[in-house]
Amino acid sequence: MSRLVVASIGPASSVQDGGRHGAQRYGLTVSGAMDRLALAAANTLVGNAPFAAAVEIGPFGASFTARDGAVRVAISGAPRNADVAGNPFAMDTSLTLKDGETLTLGFARGGAFTYLAIEGGITGELVFGSLAVNARAGLGSPYPRPLQAGDEFSVDAASGAPEMRIELPKPASGPIRVVLGPQDDEFDDANKALFLNSEWKISATSDRMGYRLEGPAIKHLHGHNIVSDGTVNGSIQVPGNGAPIALMMDRGTSGGYPKIATVITADIGRLAQTSAGTAFRFKAVSMAEAQDEARKFAQAIQTLHDRLRPADGVALNLEALSDANVAGHAVNAVDAGTWQVTAEP
Amino acid sequence: MAATLPPPRLLPSGDSAVTVEFSRTIDDAANQRVLALDKALAANPIDGITETVPTYRSLLVHYDPGKIGFDALGDKLLPIAIQPPPPVTKTRRWRIPVAYGGEHGIDLEDVAKALNTTPDDIVARHAGGDYKVAMIGFTPGWSYLSGLDKSLHMSRRQNPRLLTPAGTISIGGVQAGIQCLAAPSGWHLLGRTPVRTYQLHRNPTFLTEPGDRVTFFAIDHKTFEELDRAAEAGEIVAEQVNA
Repeated sequence: MSRLVVASIGPASSVQDGGRHGAQRYGLTVSGAMDRLALAAANTLVGNAPFAAAVEIGPFGASFTARDGAVRVAISGAPRNADVAGNPFAMDTSLTLKDGETLTLGFARGGAFTYLAIEGGITGELVFGSLAVNARAGLGSPYPRPLQAGDEFSVDAASGAPEMRIELPKPASGPIRVVLGPQDDEFDDANKALFLNSEWKISATSDRMGYRLEGPAIKHLHGHNIVSDGTVNGSIQVPGNGAPIALMMDRGTSGGYPKIATVITADIGRLAQTSAGTAFRFKAVSMAEAQDEARKFAQAIQTLHDRLRPADGVALNLEALSDANVAGHAVNAVDAGTWQVTAEP
Repeated sequence: MAATLPPPRLLPSGDSAVTVEFSRTIDDAANQRVLALDKALAANPIDGITETVPTYRSLLVHYDPGKIGFDALGDKLLPIAIQPPPPVTKTRRWRIPVAYGGEHGIDLEDVAKALNTTPDDIVARHAGGDYKVAMIGFTPGWSYLSGLDKSLHMSRRQNPRLLTPAGTISIGGVQAGIQCLAAPSGWHLLGRTPVRTYQLHRNPTFLTEPGDRVTFFAIDHKTFEELDRAAEAGEIVAEQVNA
């Protein structure tokens, strides 16, 4: 066994996986990764199951040190500069840290959450099939709280498998897609149009429980109290002040505010990765389209392994390379909208 | 064959869940239909349903759109949902000990004043009630009860408290509640129970189920401390009566 020690880490970082399912009827929050595609990509790179537990790193920097042997890791999600002893480490690739080496990640450059997957996964005590941290309920393992410097994971020694990169599917761009309802009839047409036609920003007070949206106040037809009913990831509820809240992974299982719309499964990770202050819009789609996108999204996750490539000629991120003073290579914009440099053959 | 009931509304909750809504208000008949549908789906699962969440007035059905679409699921749910709920033959009843008032029920005196009566009378009316767990939600084990004495119906607090203690026994609007974990609340705090409706590493982890009956009985604060220690060690400390 090796150890991976958290040398430093910012707030809003915790162990997350596919979440805790089957006990919402008892009020048990689901939790799990804010960006499931990125979690799955990082895991796939090191040969783990897509929704194995990994470290969800919030918007701030973090560093991890291998001890008692080598540790193989991968990162995916919100782009950030990453290096090991000054050598840049690209997003969406795997890397083996030798004993004593430290991987340093900078702030997220756009988006919020980056996933560090560890080959062999994280071991801990499963509760309802999950290690995901839900700090309010004291759940999560090995640490039932956000991570702190000094925490460590007991992990498999690196297998020595060749390093990989992953070519992720082109993410959807444009508005965050929603299906109207379940309580869209608590709003008149003018207020539904206001919701769909306005520009929104995510408030800085948002967290894993909910993203508060800044924009025009949405008015209810019959007041803001409804009899509590069930919530889902992506429910957009409108409390009394008219400022919508998109419920995220640490949501309560029920809520008493009307829900005007629900973010489609395929776009929840995109919403999760929308930085505070960035303007965006919503767009209503049909149930048929939403379900088609959900099926494609699930399929994309299940087939991520087909997108693995040898890490040779790996695409490195521009900032990291600039920092490393290797200007002069061909630059192209890639799907994720981040600038990357392709090393010339 | 018994006459069928009006169909519920099927409200889309995104692409992977549907809210089967029987009523827009708190209504015991609707809640019975919610629990009956929940039970019917547990007994005869529909392929593709991943999880169901009963609430006062609706059943939230989570499903995998890779296995079944919205329309096909609705076609399967509706014929079940319009059946009259079968008579409830077996119910569990929990007798829950409560230390009322004082530090454990900081709103008891104010509630008594607001309702022009004495704290003892409030306790008698609250403990004298026959409740049903209508739903569990918000935080683990938070059991929402129907059956609160009409004379105890009162608006929630103007200013919700940011943190109320684990085990809080409270009332809000037409509802009564058993709260398990410390949480924010706008309800009126009448007392505390040592009973954990949710406790990891205990079998069962969750004590209450939607549909269970609940009654309360008063204990003194010393008994609370004793039972609280026993509960912490994993004892259930609620009395179970099968009817």
